[in-house]
Amino acid sequence: MTTDSLQAPAAGRGPAAPADRARPPVRRRRFLRPGAGRQHHAGPVAYALLIIATLASLFPLYWTMVAASSDNTRVSQTPPPFLPGPHLFENLGKAWNDAALGKAMTNSLIVAGVIALSTVLFATLAGFAFAKLRFRGRNILLMLVIGTMMVPPQLGVVPLFMMMSDLGWGQQLPAVIFPTLVSAVGVFFMRQYLAEALPDELVEAGRVDGAHSLRIFWSIVLPVARPAMAVLFMITFVHAWNDFFWPFIALDMTNPTVPVALTQLSAGYVRDQSLIMAGALLGTLPLLAMFIVFGRQIVGGIMQGAVKG
Amino acid sequence: MPVALQTFRRRTFWHRLDVRGAPYAFVAPFFVVFAAFSFYPLLYTAWISLHRVELSSMDLMEWVGFDNYVALWEDERFWNALANTFTLGVVSTVPQLLMALGLAHLLHYRLRGSVFFRVAALTPYATSVGAAALVFTMLFERDFGMINWLLGLVGLDPVNWENDKWAAQLAISSIVIWRWTGYNALLYLAAMQAVPAERYEAAALDGASRWQQFRMVTIPGIRSTVVFTIVLSTIGATQLFGEPLIFGQGPNGITGGADNQYQTLGLLLYEEGWKNYQMGRAATVAWAMFLLLVLVFVVQRAVRRLASRPAGARPVLSRSGQS
Repeated sequence: MTTDSLQAPAAGRGPAAPADRARPPVRRRRFLRPGAGRQHHAGPVAYALLIIATLASLFPLYWTMVAASSDNTRVSQTPPPFLPGPHLFENLGKAWNDAALGKAMTNSLIVAGVIALSTVLFATLAGFAFAKLRFRGRNILLMLVIGTMMVPPQLGVVPLFMMMSDLGWGQQLPAVIFPTLVSAVGVFFMRQYLAEALPDELVEAGRVDGAHSLRIFWSIVLPVARPAMAVLFMITFVHAWNDFFWPFIALDMTNPTVPVALTQLSAGYVRDQSLIMAGALLGTLPLLAMFIVFGRQIVGGIMQGAVKG
Repeated sequence: MPVALQTFRRRTFWHRLDVRGAPYAFVAPFFVVFAAFSFYPLLYTAWISLHRVELSSMDLMEWVGFDNYVALWEDERFWNALANTFTLGVVSTVPQLLMALGLAHLLHYRLRGSVFFRVAALTPYATSVGAAALVFTMLFERDFGMINWLLGLVGLDPVNWENDKWAAQLAISSIVIWRWTGYNALLYLAAMQAVPAERYEAAALDGASRWQQFRMVTIPGIRSTVVFTIVLSTIGATQLFGEPLIFGQGPNGITGGADNQYQTLGLLLYEEGWKNYQMGRAATVAWAMFLLLVLVFVVQRAVRRLASRPAGARPVLSRSGQS
């Protein structure tokens, strides 16, 4: 399921800045009557509901951990265990070996890393051109970019599969990397950001100084675009890491990405529930770590991409 | 002098070339990759669907015209998969977006620890289909799954989540709902924060209750985002694949259960191409999916046009707008 955060024009805030900090301060200090949405302090009911929602979000992951640290008998007892058991590292080690997760992790890192890098680079280049450069056909091309978001990439899997075996990339990582080297959503995201964040005067000044376009891109655009690039990198990385349909078709179990390797665990010959959960936990850990460190930025980026201007 | 003039000329030539050509060079990579790996395959899919092609000999294509389409039309599995895709789509999308709306409303309050709540809501989105489906498959296990244990606590009989059609679809939908609710809530939250406070003030002055404000100010204010999430979720729902595949645990995954009770179009495509080795038929399913999506959006547009009222029908706004 490739549900990218498609966007409407953003309201020109640095994606890394939390939304409310960048709001005009006037609005926050103004005395408001009850009823103005944001100014309301949450009451106990709202907190209670939020805590329930948070538990619902986190419980399956917590339980993965509980199951991954138990053995099979403990997992299947009634009532089910709610506290972690002693077998975590033993199970992680077993899952690592049984499901070829070591190779899968390396593969996923390569795939997600390369895709995220190239998406960010090409999205920034194209976003800059669409936001700040004048050229014939600009609007039509931009409409095309937006139109391509509506084409689900999976629908071409049959010919893609044929193409990849013709190119000699059957079961190889390039088969997974190439089709997703660029993203329309990324282009649009960068365009919205640069249109707001990059002053025209800076580009003009570069021109006057005789810098050519690439030079302007390198010395003027990149520094300005950096926060948005970081966010786009993370979001793209998450999507590439979790992408399933095409990698599942393009790769086999000797050379899988993490989600593909995880199907191995459920495919029946590992019937050990705690091992399956250990594998699921392993496959999720890298992204969870990223979320714990950069959660605020990722949230900001997704919200940034959604605002209708 | 002439030398200087020459360098000046040369510079202007290169400069002009740069100003004219660079933008195209900058946007080219996107279009080249998209054309090669998305657009061309889409068209080629249509071409393949008019042939008989086997997985083992993919360069041998035998023209069969519309035979594949006729066969698909007469194939019960196709209608079954279509119906499943539809019901799974509705059951996973509608509650998901309604819950996302409620969650966004809660997150829109002034909160202690708002960043924590937001990150927590987004955490499922960082979980891959594979991992999420494995966990939920286990929670829905018939004999010792936690869900049936909970049902037992309140005195209900255990449910056979895998074999019962509706139970299976509900279980699979819950995976989708869990993964995407928080993500959509954040999209709604961003849109809510962009609604000008003046509108709320005006509504409050007009004596609108909280609920009325939510209906008359918040909902119209985030309408475009709502439409947008509906589009995204619909595209996502048509392509449901990983969740049912893993939920079926092994051989039952590809067929979507022993009786195809939760086989989606995505699974059918895979089964035709990579289990029955009929690439032509797989391409036919893919193209049918695409046509289906187009049809859904045409219908949706028509419905929206009928349902959308003129902007003047929002009395709340009549007294605001002087910001």
